[in-house]
Amino acid sequence: MSATDIPEASTDPRSDSHSLERSAKRFGDTFFRGLSTGSGVLILLILAAVAAFLVGLAIPALLADPETFQFSRGQSFWKYVAPYAFGTMWSAILAMIMAVPVAVGIALYLTHYAPKRISSTFGYIIDLLAAVPSVVFGLWGIAVLAPAMRPLFLWLNEHFSWIPLFAGQVSGTGRTIFTASVVLAVMILPIITAISREVFLQTPKLHEEASLALGATRWEMIRQAVIPFGMPGIISACMLGLGRALGETMAVAMVLSGSGIISFKLLTSQNPNTIAANIAQSFPEAHDIGRNQLIATGLVLFIITLAVNMTARWIINRRKEFSGAN
Amino acid sequence: MSKRIEIKDLDIYYGKFHAVKSVNMTIEPRAVTAFIGSSGCGKSTVLRSLNRMHEVIPGAYVDGQVLLDGVDLYAPNVDPVRVRRQVGMVFQRPNPFPTMSIKENILAGVRLNNARISKSAADELVEKSLKGANLWNEVKDRLDRPGSGLSGGQQQRLCIARAIAVEPDVILMDEPCSALDPISTLAIEDLIKDLKEEYTVVIVTHNMQQAARVSDQTAFFNLKAHGQPGELIEMGPTEKIFHNPDQKATEDYITGRFG
Ligand SMILES: Nc1ncnc2c1ncn2[C@@H]1O[C@H](COP(=O)(O)OP(=O)(O)O)[C@@H](O)[C@H]1O
Ligand SMILES: [Mg+2]
Repeated sequence: MSATDIPEASTDPRSDSHSLERSAKRFGDTFFRGLSTGSGVLILLILAAVAAFLVGLAIPALLADPETFQFSRGQSFWKYVAPYAFGTMWSAILAMIMAVPVAVGIALYLTHYAPKRISSTFGYIIDLLAAVPSVVFGLWGIAVLAPAMRPLFLWLNEHFSWIPLFAGQVSGTGRTIFTASVVLAVMILPIITAISREVFLQTPKLHEEASLALGATRWEMIRQAVIPFGMPGIISACMLGLGRALGETMAVAMVLSGSGIISFKLLTSQNPNTIAANIAQSFPEAHDIGRNQLIATGLVLFIITLAVNMTARWIINRRKEFSGAN
Repeated sequence: MSKRIEIKDLDIYYGKFHAVKSVNMTIEPRAVTAFIGSSGCGKSTVLRSLNRMHEVIPGAYVDGQVLLDGVDLYAPNVDPVRVRRQVGMVFQRPNPFPTMSIKENILAGVRLNNARISKSAADELVEKSLKGANLWNEVKDRLDRPGSGLSGGQQQRLCIARAIAVEPDVILMDEPCSALDPISTLAIEDLIKDLKEEYTVVIVTHNMQQAARVSDQTAFFNLKAHGQPGELIEMGPTEKIFHNPDQKATEDYITGRFG
Protein backbone atom coordinates (compact mmCIF):
# COMPACT_ATOMS: atom_id res chain seq x y z
CA MET A 1 0.00 0.00 0.00
CA SER A 2 2.99 2.29 0.49
CA ALA A 3 3.34 2.56 -3.27
CA THR A 4 0.51 5.02 -3.12
CA ASP A 5 2.21 7.88 -1.30
CA ILE A 6 3.53 9.31 -4.52
CA PRO A 7 4.14 13.07 -4.93
CA GLU A 8 0.87 13.73 -6.76
CA ALA A 9 -0.93 12.96 -3.54
CA SER A 10 0.62 16.02 -1.95
CA THR A 11 -1.64 18.94 -2.77
CA ASP A 12 0.49 21.75 -1.41
CA PRO A 13 2.96 22.96 -4.09
CA ARG A 14 5.13 24.66 -1.46
CA SER A 15 5.44 21.56 0.67
CA ASP A 16 8.99 21.30 1.84
CA SER A 17 10.42 17.82 1.25
CA HIS A 18 12.84 18.37 4.15
CA SER A 19 10.06 18.97 6.66
CA LEU A 20 9.57 16.22 9.20
CA GLU A 21 5.96 17.10 9.85
CA ARG A 22 3.31 14.61 8.96
CA SER A 23 1.82 15.72 5.68
CA ALA A 24 -1.81 16.53 6.16
CA LYS A 25 -3.42 14.35 3.54
CA ARG A 26 -2.11 11.14 2.10
CA PHE A 27 -5.10 10.40 0.00
CA GLY A 28 -3.84 7.01 -1.30
CA ASP A 29 -3.11 5.64 2.16
CA THR A 30 -6.42 6.75 3.57
CA PHE A 31 -8.32 5.42 0.59
CA PHE A 32 -6.76 1.97 0.62
CA ARG A 33 -6.95 1.64 4.38
CA GLY A 34 -10.65 2.41 4.16
CA LEU A 35 -11.15 0.03 1.26
CA SER A 36 -9.39 -2.93 2.86
CA THR A 37 -10.98 -2.43 6.27
CA GLY A 38 -14.34 -2.04 4.58
CA SER A 39 -14.00 -5.30 2.63
CA GLY A 40 -12.93 -7.13 5.78
CA VAL A 41 -15.94 -5.88 7.69
CA LEU A 42 -18.21 -6.69 4.77
CA ILE A 43 -17.04 -10.32 4.66
CA LEU A 44 -17.68 -10.68 8.38
CA LEU A 45 -21.13 -9.15 7.97
CA ILE A 46 -22.03 -11.51 5.15
CA LEU A 47 -20.82 -14.50 7.17
CA ALA A 48 -22.81 -13.35 10.17
CA ALA A 49 -25.88 -12.86 7.99
CA VAL A 50 -25.57 -16.39 6.58
CA ALA A 51 -25.13 -17.87 10.04
CA ALA A 52 -28.08 -15.85 11.37
CA PHE A 53 -30.22 -17.01 8.44
CA LEU A 54 -29.30 -20.65 9.02
CA VAL A 55 -29.85 -20.56 12.76
CA GLY A 56 -32.96 -18.40 12.55
CA LEU A 57 -34.73 -20.66 10.06
CA ALA A 58 -33.44 -23.88 11.64
CA ILE A 59 -34.74 -23.14 15.13
CA PRO A 60 -38.45 -23.71 14.31
CA ALA A 61 -37.59 -27.23 13.11
CA LEU A 62 -35.59 -27.93 16.25
CA LEU A 63 -38.38 -26.73 18.54
CA ALA A 64 -41.42 -28.02 16.64
CA ASP A 65 -43.44 -31.06 17.59
CA PRO A 66 -42.23 -33.99 15.42
CA GLU A 67 -45.87 -34.84 14.71
CA THR A 68 -46.10 -31.70 12.57
CA PHE A 69 -43.00 -32.54 10.47
CA GLN A 70 -43.28 -32.80 6.73
CA PHE A 71 -40.33 -35.21 6.46
CA SER A 72 -40.24 -38.37 8.61
CA ARG A 73 -43.20 -37.35 10.68
CA GLY A 74 -43.21 -38.54 14.27
CA GLN A 75 -39.43 -38.84 14.57
CA SER A 76 -37.18 -36.32 16.28
CA PHE A 77 -35.18 -33.99 14.06
CA TRP A 78 -31.94 -35.71 15.09
CA LYS A 79 -33.26 -39.07 13.95
CA TYR A 80 -34.16 -37.43 10.66
CA VAL A 81 -30.79 -35.82 10.03
CA ALA A 82 -28.54 -38.64 11.30
CA PRO A 83 -28.68 -40.84 8.15
CA TYR A 84 -27.97 -37.85 5.91
CA ALA A 85 -25.08 -36.75 8.11
CA PHE A 86 -23.80 -40.32 7.94
CA GLY A 87 -24.19 -40.42 4.14
CA THR A 88 -22.37 -37.11 3.81
CA MET A 89 -19.40 -38.22 5.86
CA TRP A 90 -19.30 -41.76 4.52
CA SER A 91 -19.22 -40.65 0.86
CA ALA A 92 -16.66 -37.93 1.65
CA ILE A 93 -14.42 -40.36 3.52
CA LEU A 94 -14.60 -42.90 0.70
CA ALA A 95 -13.76 -40.16 -1.78
CA MET A 96 -10.80 -39.04 0.33
CA ILE A 97 -9.47 -42.59 0.65
CA MET A 98 -9.44 -42.84 -3.12
CA ALA A 99 -8.37 -39.30 -4.01
CA VAL A 100 -5.63 -38.40 -1.52
CA PRO A 101 -3.06 -41.10 -2.33
CA VAL A 102 -3.56 -40.57 -6.06
CA ALA A 103 -3.39 -36.79 -5.79
CA VAL A 104 -0.26 -36.80 -3.63
CA GLY A 105 1.28 -39.41 -5.93
CA ILE A 106 0.60 -37.30 -9.00
CA ALA A 107 1.96 -34.20 -7.30
CA LEU A 108 5.15 -36.04 -6.34
CA TYR A 109 5.51 -37.41 -9.85
CA LEU A 110 5.07 -33.96 -11.36
CA THR A 111 7.53 -32.25 -9.03
CA HIS A 112 10.20 -34.92 -8.60
CA TYR A 113 10.11 -37.45 -11.40
CA ALA A 114 8.54 -36.09 -14.56
CA PRO A 115 10.62 -34.26 -17.17
CA LYS A 116 9.92 -30.53 -17.16
CA ARG A 117 7.84 -30.50 -20.34
CA ILE A 118 5.51 -33.31 -19.26
CA SER A 119 5.25 -31.79 -15.82
CA SER A 120 3.98 -28.41 -17.00
CA THR A 121 1.56 -29.83 -19.60
CA PHE A 122 0.18 -32.31 -17.12
CA GLY A 123 -0.12 -29.65 -14.44
CA TYR A 124 -2.12 -27.51 -16.85
CA ILE A 125 -4.51 -30.38 -17.60
CA ILE A 126 -5.09 -30.95 -13.90
CA ASP A 127 -5.92 -27.28 -13.45
CA LEU A 128 -8.42 -27.56 -16.31
CA LEU A 129 -10.04 -30.53 -14.60
CA ALA A 130 -10.69 -28.28 -11.61
CA ALA A 131 -12.69 -25.98 -13.84
CA VAL A 132 -15.17 -28.63 -15.02
CA PRO A 133 -18.65 -27.81 -13.64
CA SER A 134 -20.05 -30.40 -11.26
CA VAL A 135 -23.13 -31.01 -13.38
CA VAL A 136 -20.81 -32.36 -16.07
CA PHE A 137 -19.28 -34.73 -13.54
CA GLY A 138 -22.82 -35.77 -12.62
CA LEU A 139 -23.69 -36.58 -16.22
CA TRP A 140 -20.44 -38.45 -16.65
CA GLY A 141 -21.19 -40.41 -13.48
CA ILE A 142 -24.61 -41.50 -14.73
CA ALA A 143 -23.79 -42.11 -18.36
CA VAL A 144 -20.28 -43.49 -18.26
CA LEU A 145 -19.05 -44.39 -14.82
CA ALA A 146 -22.07 -46.19 -13.37
CA PRO A 147 -22.37 -48.76 -16.19
CA ALA A 148 -18.59 -49.16 -16.25
CA MET A 149 -18.49 -49.88 -12.52
CA ARG A 150 -20.99 -52.72 -12.66
CA PRO A 151 -18.58 -55.47 -13.77
CA LEU A 152 -16.22 -54.44 -10.98
CA PHE A 153 -19.10 -54.53 -8.49
CA LEU A 154 -20.11 -58.02 -9.61
CA TRP A 155 -16.54 -59.23 -9.33
CA LEU A 156 -16.07 -57.71 -5.87
CA ASN A 157 -19.38 -59.15 -4.76
CA GLU A 158 -18.50 -62.61 -6.03
CA HIS A 159 -15.06 -62.84 -4.44
CA PHE A 160 -15.21 -60.56 -1.43
CA SER A 161 -18.79 -60.71 -0.22
CA TRP A 162 -17.45 -62.04 3.09
CA ILE A 163 -16.33 -58.44 3.69
CA PRO A 164 -19.55 -56.68 4.82
CA LEU A 165 -18.75 -53.67 2.60
CA PHE A 166 -19.18 -55.77 -0.54
CA ALA A 167 -22.08 -57.93 0.63
CA GLY A 168 -25.71 -57.82 -0.52
CA GLN A 169 -27.50 -57.73 -3.85
CA VAL A 170 -25.52 -55.79 -6.47
CA SER A 171 -27.35 -52.75 -7.82
CA GLY A 172 -28.62 -53.14 -11.37
CA THR A 173 -27.75 -49.61 -12.41
CA GLY A 174 -24.37 -49.24 -10.76
CA ARG A 175 -25.57 -45.97 -9.25
CA THR A 176 -24.45 -46.64 -5.68
CA ILE A 177 -22.66 -44.71 -2.96
CA PHE A 178 -19.44 -46.26 -4.29
CA THR A 179 -19.95 -44.73 -7.74
CA ALA A 180 -20.92 -41.40 -6.21
CA SER A 181 -17.73 -41.47 -4.12
CA VAL A 182 -15.63 -42.17 -7.21
CA VAL A 183 -17.21 -39.14 -8.88
CA LEU A 184 -16.47 -37.09 -5.76
CA ALA A 185 -12.90 -38.39 -5.73
CA VAL A 186 -12.37 -37.30 -9.33
CA MET A 187 -13.83 -33.90 -8.49
CA ILE A 188 -11.58 -33.23 -5.52
CA LEU A 189 -8.48 -34.71 -7.14
CA PRO A 190 -7.43 -31.55 -9.02
CA ILE A 191 -7.53 -29.23 -6.03
CA ILE A 192 -5.57 -31.61 -3.81
CA THR A 193 -3.07 -32.27 -6.59
CA ALA A 194 -2.62 -28.61 -7.45
CA ILE A 195 -2.00 -27.50 -3.87
CA SER A 196 0.26 -30.45 -3.05
CA ARG A 197 2.26 -29.68 -6.16
CA GLU A 198 2.80 -26.08 -5.08
CA VAL A 199 3.80 -27.27 -1.63
CA PHE A 200 6.26 -29.87 -2.91
CA LEU A 201 7.85 -27.33 -5.23
CA GLN A 202 8.61 -25.22 -2.18
CA THR A 203 10.63 -27.87 -0.38
CA PRO A 204 13.97 -26.14 0.23
CA LYS A 205 16.75 -27.50 -2.01
CA LEU A 206 18.84 -27.42 1.15
CA HIS A 207 16.81 -30.16 2.81
CA GLU A 208 16.55 -32.30 -0.29
CA GLU A 209 20.32 -32.14 -0.69
CA ALA A 210 20.85 -32.89 3.00
CA SER A 211 18.95 -36.10 2.52
CA LEU A 212 20.63 -37.09 -0.75
CA ALA A 213 24.06 -36.40 0.72
CA LEU A 214 23.30 -38.88 3.50
CA GLY A 215 22.84 -41.55 0.88
CA ALA A 216 19.10 -41.41 0.43
CA THR A 217 17.55 -42.76 -2.75
CA ARG A 218 15.13 -40.44 -4.47
CA TRP A 219 12.13 -42.06 -2.81
CA GLU A 220 13.83 -41.95 0.59
CA MET A 221 14.61 -38.30 0.04
CA ILE A 222 10.93 -37.69 -0.69
CA ARG A 223 9.92 -39.48 2.49
CA GLN A 224 12.57 -37.80 4.60
CA ALA A 225 12.51 -34.23 3.34
CA VAL A 226 9.68 -33.52 0.92
CA ILE A 227 6.64 -35.11 2.57
CA PRO A 228 7.34 -34.07 6.19
CA PHE A 229 8.06 -30.53 5.07
CA GLY A 230 4.90 -30.46 2.97
CA MET A 231 2.67 -32.14 5.56
CA PRO A 232 0.85 -29.00 6.77
CA GLY A 233 0.24 -28.10 3.14
CA ILE A 234 -1.01 -31.59 2.29
CA ILE A 235 -3.39 -31.45 5.24
CA SER A 236 -4.69 -28.06 4.13
CA ALA A 237 -5.13 -29.39 0.60
CA CYS A 238 -7.05 -32.39 1.93
CA MET A 239 -9.29 -30.13 3.99
CA LEU A 240 -10.18 -28.08 0.94
CA GLY A 241 -10.92 -31.29 -0.94
CA LEU A 242 -12.91 -32.70 1.96
CA GLY A 243 -14.85 -29.45 2.24
CA ARG A 244 -15.79 -29.73 -1.40
CA ALA A 245 -16.71 -33.42 -1.05
CA LEU A 246 -18.90 -32.72 1.99
CA GLY A 247 -20.75 -29.89 0.31
CA GLU A 248 -20.96 -31.25 -3.24
CA THR A 249 -24.60 -31.34 -4.24
CA MET A 250 -25.22 -31.63 -7.95
CA ALA A 251 -23.04 -34.58 -8.86
CA VAL A 252 -24.22 -36.68 -5.92
CA ALA A 253 -27.85 -35.73 -6.43
CA MET A 254 -27.62 -36.84 -10.05
CA VAL A 255 -25.69 -40.08 -9.58
CA LEU A 256 -27.18 -41.36 -6.36
CA SER A 257 -30.78 -42.27 -5.64
CA GLY A 258 -30.32 -42.47 -1.91
CA SER A 259 -32.72 -42.57 0.97
CA GLY A 260 -32.57 -41.85 4.66
CA ILE A 261 -30.83 -45.04 5.73
CA ILE A 262 -27.54 -45.85 7.41
CA SER A 263 -25.71 -48.57 5.52
CA PHE A 264 -22.05 -49.33 4.95
CA LYS A 265 -22.79 -51.58 1.96
CA LEU A 266 -21.16 -50.16 -1.15
CA LEU A 267 -22.69 -52.14 -3.97
CA THR A 268 -26.41 -52.43 -3.31
CA SER A 269 -29.29 -50.27 -4.46
CA GLN A 270 -30.08 -49.31 -0.84
CA ASN A 271 -27.88 -46.25 -0.42
CA PRO A 272 -27.67 -43.47 2.14
CA ASN A 273 -28.07 -39.95 0.82
CA THR A 274 -26.01 -36.85 1.60
CA ILE A 275 -27.31 -33.73 3.33
CA ALA A 276 -26.61 -31.49 0.36
CA ALA A 277 -28.16 -33.83 -2.22
CA ASN A 278 -31.18 -34.39 0.00
CA ILE A 279 -31.76 -30.66 0.31
CA ALA A 280 -31.53 -30.23 -3.46
CA GLN A 281 -33.87 -33.15 -4.13
CA SER A 282 -36.45 -32.36 -1.43
CA PHE A 283 -36.59 -28.59 -1.47
CA PRO A 284 -38.95 -28.21 -4.45
CA GLU A 285 -41.66 -30.15 -2.62
CA ALA A 286 -40.89 -28.70 0.80
CA HIS A 287 -43.27 -26.22 2.43
CA ASP A 288 -43.67 -24.59 5.84
CA ILE A 289 -41.96 -26.66 8.56
CA GLY A 290 -40.46 -28.91 5.85
CA ARG A 291 -38.32 -25.99 4.69
CA ASN A 292 -37.17 -25.38 8.23
CA GLN A 293 -36.27 -29.05 8.53
CA LEU A 294 -34.11 -28.90 5.40
CA ILE A 295 -32.46 -25.66 6.47
CA ALA A 296 -31.69 -27.23 9.83
CA THR A 297 -29.93 -30.11 8.03
CA GLY A 298 -27.98 -27.42 6.19
CA LEU A 299 -26.93 -26.03 9.56
CA VAL A 300 -25.73 -29.49 10.57
CA LEU A 301 -23.65 -29.67 7.37
CA PHE A 302 -22.20 -26.23 8.16
CA ILE A 303 -21.21 -27.44 11.62
CA ILE A 304 -19.65 -30.66 10.28
CA THR A 305 -17.55 -28.69 7.79
CA LEU A 306 -16.51 -26.23 10.50
CA ALA A 307 -15.51 -29.08 12.83
CA VAL A 308 -13.43 -30.72 10.09
CA ASN A 309 -11.59 -27.48 9.43
CA MET A 310 -10.93 -26.82 13.08
CA THR A 311 -9.58 -30.34 13.56
CA ALA A 312 -7.22 -29.81 10.65
CA ARG A 313 -5.99 -26.54 12.10
CA TRP A 314 -5.45 -28.19 15.43
CA ILE A 315 -3.42 -31.00 13.83
CA ILE A 316 -1.25 -28.49 11.97
CA ASN A 317 -0.66 -26.35 15.05
CA ARG A 318 0.24 -29.29 17.23
CA ARG A 319 3.31 -29.96 15.07
CA LYS A 320 4.20 -26.33 14.54
CA GLU A 321 7.54 -26.54 16.33
CA PHE A 322 8.66 -29.21 13.91
CA SER A 323 7.20 -27.58 10.82
CA GLY A 324 10.32 -25.79 9.67
CA ALA A 325 8.47 -22.50 9.77
CA ASN A 326 10.96 -21.07 12.26
CA MET B 1 38.30 -45.58 7.97
CA SER B 2 40.01 -42.74 6.19
CA LYS B 3 40.58 -43.03 2.45
CA ARG B 4 42.74 -41.37 -0.21
CA ILE B 5 41.07 -39.52 -3.08
CA GLU B 6 42.74 -39.17 -6.46
CA ILE B 7 41.18 -36.88 -9.05
CA LYS B 8 42.27 -37.57 -12.62
CA ASP B 9 41.59 -35.27 -15.57
CA LEU B 10 38.26 -34.19 -14.18
CA ASP B 11 36.17 -31.85 -16.31
CA ILE B 12 32.90 -30.66 -14.83
CA TYR B 13 29.92 -29.27 -16.72
CA TYR B 14 26.56 -27.65 -16.04
CA GLY B 15 24.79 -28.55 -19.27
CA LYS B 16 26.77 -26.75 -21.97
CA PHE B 17 28.71 -24.63 -19.48
CA HIS B 18 32.20 -25.95 -18.83
CA ALA B 19 32.66 -25.03 -15.17
CA VAL B 20 35.96 -26.68 -14.23
CA LYS B 21 38.81 -27.79 -16.46
CA SER B 22 41.01 -30.90 -16.14
CA VAL B 23 41.67 -31.11 -12.44
CA ASN B 24 44.35 -33.50 -11.20
CA MET B 25 45.01 -33.83 -7.50
CA THR B 26 45.56 -36.24 -4.66
CA ILE B 27 43.81 -35.74 -1.35
CA GLU B 28 45.55 -37.47 1.52
CA PRO B 29 43.76 -39.48 4.21
CA ARG B 30 43.90 -38.38 7.86
CA ALA B 31 44.49 -34.80 6.79
CA VAL B 32 42.56 -31.64 6.13
CA THR B 33 42.69 -30.32 2.58
CA ALA B 34 41.45 -26.79 1.96
CA PHE B 35 40.15 -25.44 -1.36
CA ILE B 36 40.71 -21.71 -1.73
CA GLY B 37 40.19 -19.26 -4.57
CA SER B 38 37.99 -16.38 -5.59
CA SER B 39 34.28 -16.95 -5.75
CA GLY B 40 32.91 -18.61 -8.86
CA CYS B 41 36.11 -20.46 -9.69
CA GLY B 42 34.56 -23.88 -9.11
CA LYS B 43 35.55 -24.91 -5.56
CA SER B 44 32.04 -26.03 -4.63
CA THR B 45 31.64 -27.69 -7.99
CA VAL B 46 34.77 -29.81 -7.52
CA LEU B 47 33.78 -30.62 -3.94
CA ARG B 48 30.32 -31.78 -5.01
CA SER B 49 31.81 -33.98 -7.70
CA LEU B 50 33.60 -35.95 -4.96
CA ASN B 51 30.36 -37.47 -3.65
CA ARG B 52 28.41 -37.34 -6.90
CA MET B 53 26.17 -34.57 -5.58
CA HIS B 54 27.06 -32.55 -8.67
CA GLU B 55 24.85 -34.68 -10.92
CA VAL B 56 21.80 -33.97 -8.74
CA ILE B 57 21.51 -30.68 -10.64
CA PRO B 58 19.60 -31.22 -13.90
CA GLY B 59 21.93 -31.38 -16.89
CA ALA B 60 25.09 -31.47 -14.79
CA TYR B 61 27.74 -34.10 -15.51
CA VAL B 62 31.46 -34.79 -15.22
CA ASP B 63 34.12 -36.32 -17.41
CA GLY B 64 37.16 -37.95 -15.80
CA GLN B 65 37.91 -40.07 -12.77
CA VAL B 66 37.63 -39.73 -9.02
CA LEU B 67 39.31 -42.66 -7.28
CA LEU B 68 38.50 -43.48 -3.68
CA ASP B 69 41.29 -45.80 -2.53
CA GLY B 70 41.65 -46.82 -6.15
CA VAL B 71 37.96 -47.35 -6.91
CA ASP B 72 36.53 -45.04 -9.55
CA LEU B 73 33.40 -43.36 -8.20
CA TYR B 74 32.23 -42.68 -11.74
CA ALA B 75 32.60 -46.25 -13.01
CA PRO B 76 29.38 -47.40 -14.68
CA ASN B 77 28.56 -50.02 -12.06
CA VAL B 78 28.91 -47.61 -9.12
CA ASP B 79 25.73 -46.56 -7.33
CA PRO B 80 25.81 -42.84 -6.43
CA VAL B 81 23.67 -43.58 -3.37
CA ARG B 82 26.43 -45.86 -2.01
CA VAL B 83 29.08 -43.26 -2.82
CA ARG B 84 27.26 -40.67 -0.73
CA ARG B 85 27.13 -43.00 2.24
CA GLN B 86 30.93 -43.23 2.15
CA VAL B 87 31.58 -39.59 1.37
CA GLY B 88 29.59 -37.37 3.73
CA MET B 89 28.88 -33.71 3.20
CA VAL B 90 28.27 -30.60 5.30
CA PHE B 91 26.73 -27.60 3.56
CA GLN B 92 27.26 -23.87 3.70
CA ARG B 93 24.01 -23.19 5.49
CA PRO B 94 23.18 -25.51 8.39
CA ASN B 95 20.37 -27.76 7.20
CA PRO B 96 19.07 -30.04 9.93
CA PHE B 97 15.71 -31.56 8.99
CA PRO B 98 13.18 -29.13 10.50
CA THR B 99 10.55 -31.82 10.98
CA MET B 100 12.83 -34.04 13.06
CA SER B 101 14.08 -33.91 16.62
CA ILE B 102 17.81 -33.63 17.35
CA LYS B 103 17.95 -37.36 17.90
CA GLU B 104 16.05 -38.23 14.73
CA ASN B 105 18.34 -35.93 12.77
CA ILE B 106 21.36 -37.92 13.91
CA LEU B 107 19.66 -41.18 13.00
CA ALA B 108 18.37 -39.92 9.64
CA GLY B 109 21.22 -41.43 7.65
CA VAL B 110 21.32 -44.67 9.60
CA ARG B 111 17.62 -45.31 9.06
CA LEU B 112 17.97 -45.14 5.28
CA ASN B 113 18.17 -48.18 3.01
CA ASN B 114 15.78 -50.12 5.24
CA ALA B 115 18.34 -50.46 8.00
CA ARG B 116 16.93 -51.45 11.38
CA ILE B 117 18.61 -50.37 14.57
CA SER B 118 17.76 -51.34 18.13
CA LYS B 119 16.80 -48.64 20.59
CA SER B 120 19.90 -49.09 22.71
CA ALA B 121 22.19 -49.09 19.68
CA ALA B 122 20.44 -45.94 18.46
CA ASP B 123 20.92 -44.18 21.79
CA GLU B 124 24.56 -45.16 21.80
CA LEU B 125 25.08 -43.93 18.26
CA VAL B 126 23.37 -40.61 19.01
CA GLU B 127 25.64 -40.05 22.01
CA LYS B 128 28.77 -41.07 20.15
CA SER B 129 28.03 -38.89 17.14
CA LEU B 130 27.10 -35.86 19.21
CA LYS B 131 30.24 -36.29 21.28
CA GLY B 132 32.20 -36.60 18.04
CA ALA B 133 30.78 -33.25 16.98
CA ASN B 134 31.43 -31.58 20.38
CA LEU B 135 27.73 -31.03 20.85
CA TRP B 136 26.71 -33.67 23.39
CA ASN B 137 26.98 -31.53 26.51
CA GLU B 138 24.91 -28.75 25.02
CA VAL B 139 21.98 -30.86 23.84
CA LYS B 140 21.94 -34.02 25.94
CA ASP B 141 18.91 -32.82 27.91
CA ARG B 142 16.83 -31.94 24.86
CA LEU B 143 17.38 -34.70 22.34
CA ASP B 144 13.67 -34.82 21.56
CA ARG B 145 13.41 -31.11 20.79
CA PRO B 146 13.47 -29.91 17.19
CA GLY B 147 16.93 -29.41 15.69
CA SER B 148 15.85 -26.09 14.23
CA GLY B 149 15.66 -24.63 17.76
CA LEU B 150 19.45 -24.64 18.13
CA SER B 151 21.79 -21.74 17.38
CA GLY B 152 23.41 -21.58 13.93
CA GLY B 153 26.71 -22.95 15.20
CA GLN B 154 24.99 -25.76 17.08
CA GLN B 155 22.92 -26.60 14.02
CA GLN B 156 26.06 -26.86 11.94
CA ARG B 157 27.65 -29.19 14.51
CA LEU B 158 24.40 -31.18 14.47
CA CYS B 159 24.83 -31.54 10.71
CA ILE B 160 28.40 -32.72 11.25
CA ALA B 161 27.17 -35.22 13.84
CA ARG B 162 24.53 -36.40 11.37
CA ALA B 163 27.23 -36.85 8.71
CA ILE B 164 29.60 -38.82 10.93
CA ALA B 165 26.80 -41.02 12.31
CA VAL B 166 26.85 -43.08 9.10
CA GLU B 167 30.61 -43.60 9.53
CA PRO B 168 31.81 -42.26 6.19
CA ASP B 169 35.42 -42.37 4.99
CA VAL B 170 35.50 -38.79 3.82
CA ILE B 171 33.81 -35.60 5.01
CA LEU B 172 33.33 -32.74 2.60
CA MET B 173 32.55 -29.26 3.93
CA ASP B 174 31.47 -26.36 1.76
CA GLU B 175 32.22 -23.10 3.60
CA PRO B 176 30.80 -24.59 6.81
CA CYS B 177 31.46 -21.46 8.85
CA SER B 178 30.44 -18.72 6.47
CA ALA B 179 27.02 -18.33 8.11
CA LEU B 180 28.39 -18.45 11.67
CA ASP B 181 29.68 -16.01 14.25
CA PRO B 182 33.40 -16.05 15.26
CA ILE B 183 32.90 -18.14 18.43
CA SER B 184 30.89 -20.80 16.63
CA THR B 185 33.49 -20.72 13.87
CA LEU B 186 36.26 -21.51 16.36
CA ALA B 187 34.23 -24.41 17.73
CA ILE B 188 33.85 -25.86 14.23
CA GLU B 189 37.54 -25.33 13.46
CA ASP B 190 38.51 -27.22 16.62
CA LEU B 191 36.17 -29.96 15.57
CA ILE B 192 37.71 -30.16 12.09
CA LYS B 193 41.13 -30.71 13.65
CA ASP B 194 39.67 -33.63 15.66
CA LEU B 195 37.89 -35.08 12.66
CA LYS B 196 41.04 -35.60 10.67
CA GLU B 197 42.15 -38.27 13.16
CA GLU B 198 39.50 -40.52 11.67
CA TYR B 199 38.39 -39.06 8.36
CA THR B 200 39.69 -37.54 5.18
CA VAL B 201 38.47 -33.95 5.44
CA VAL B 202 38.06 -31.56 2.52
CA ILE B 203 36.94 -28.02 3.26
CA VAL B 204 36.10 -25.15 0.94
CA THR B 205 36.70 -21.79 2.54
CA HIS B 206 36.90 -18.19 1.41
CA ASN B 207 38.58 -17.30 4.67
CA MET B 208 42.32 -17.69 4.21
CA GLN B 209 43.17 -17.44 7.89
CA GLN B 210 40.84 -20.35 8.36
CA ALA B 211 42.60 -22.36 5.66
CA ALA B 212 45.90 -21.54 7.32
CA ARG B 213 44.62 -22.54 10.76
CA VAL B 214 42.95 -25.86 9.98
CA SER B 215 44.42 -27.36 6.83
CA ASP B 216 47.47 -29.50 6.09
CA GLN B 217 47.18 -29.21 2.33
CA THR B 218 45.84 -26.30 0.31
CA ALA B 219 44.58 -26.26 -3.26
CA PHE B 220 44.26 -22.93 -5.03
CA PHE B 221 41.69 -22.58 -7.82
CA ASN B 222 41.39 -19.70 -10.22
CA LEU B 223 39.58 -18.41 -13.27
CA LYS B 224 41.53 -17.16 -16.27
CA ALA B 225 38.65 -14.87 -17.19
CA HIS B 226 34.98 -14.55 -16.58
CA GLY B 227 33.04 -17.26 -18.45
CA GLN B 228 36.13 -19.47 -18.69
CA PRO B 229 36.29 -22.75 -16.79
CA GLY B 230 37.94 -22.72 -13.37
CA GLU B 231 41.27 -24.47 -12.96
CA LEU B 232 43.42 -25.89 -10.21
CA ILE B 233 46.44 -23.60 -10.20
CA GLU B 234 48.52 -25.32 -7.57
CA MET B 235 48.31 -27.58 -4.59
CA GLY B 236 50.73 -28.32 -1.79
CA PRO B 237 51.36 -28.20 1.93
CA THR B 238 49.48 -25.22 3.41
CA GLU B 239 52.70 -23.79 4.81
CA LYS B 240 54.27 -23.71 1.35
CA ILE B 241 51.21 -22.34 -0.48
CA PHE B 242 50.94 -19.48 1.96
CA HIS B 243 54.62 -18.57 2.20
CA ASN B 244 56.38 -19.84 -0.86
CA PRO B 245 53.97 -20.67 -3.70
CA ASP B 246 55.29 -21.76 -7.08
CA GLN B 247 52.78 -19.83 -9.14
CA LYS B 248 52.56 -16.08 -9.50
CA ALA B 249 48.73 -16.23 -9.48
CA THR B 250 48.73 -17.98 -6.12
CA GLU B 251 51.07 -15.42 -4.62
CA ASP B 252 48.97 -12.54 -5.95
CA TYR B 253 45.87 -14.03 -4.45
CA ILE B 254 47.46 -14.74 -1.07
CA THR B 255 49.21 -11.38 -0.74
CA GLY B 256 46.27 -9.48 -2.17
CA ARG B 257 44.17 -10.79 0.60
CA PHE B 258 46.65 -10.49 3.43
CA GLY B 259 47.93 -7.03 2.80
N1 LIG C 1 23.54 -24.97 -10.43
C1 LIG C 1 24.34 -24.37 -11.33
N2 LIG C 1 23.95 -24.27 -12.62
C2 LIG C 1 24.74 -23.66 -13.52
N3 LIG C 1 25.94 -23.12 -13.25
C3 LIG C 1 26.39 -23.19 -11.98
C4 LIG C 1 25.61 -23.83 -10.95
N4 LIG C 1 26.30 -23.75 -9.79
C5 LIG C 1 27.44 -23.10 -10.08
N5 LIG C 1 27.51 -22.77 -11.40
C6 LIG C 1 28.60 -22.06 -12.08
O1 LIG C 1 29.78 -22.81 -11.95
C7 LIG C 1 30.89 -21.98 -11.68
C8 LIG C 1 31.58 -22.42 -10.41
O2 LIG C 1 30.68 -22.22 -9.31
P1 LIG C 1 31.02 -22.69 -7.85
O3 LIG C 1 31.58 -24.05 -7.90
O4 LIG C 1 29.80 -22.49 -7.05
O5 LIG C 1 32.16 -21.67 -7.42
P2 LIG C 1 32.77 -21.40 -5.98
O6 LIG C 1 32.23 -22.40 -5.03
O7 LIG C 1 34.24 -21.49 -6.18
O8 LIG C 1 32.37 -20.01 -5.60
C9 LIG C 1 30.35 -20.57 -11.61
O9 LIG C 1 30.57 -19.93 -12.86
C10 LIG C 1 28.89 -20.74 -11.41
O10 LIG C 1 28.15 -19.70 -12.01
MG1 LIG D 1 30.97 -22.16 -3.34
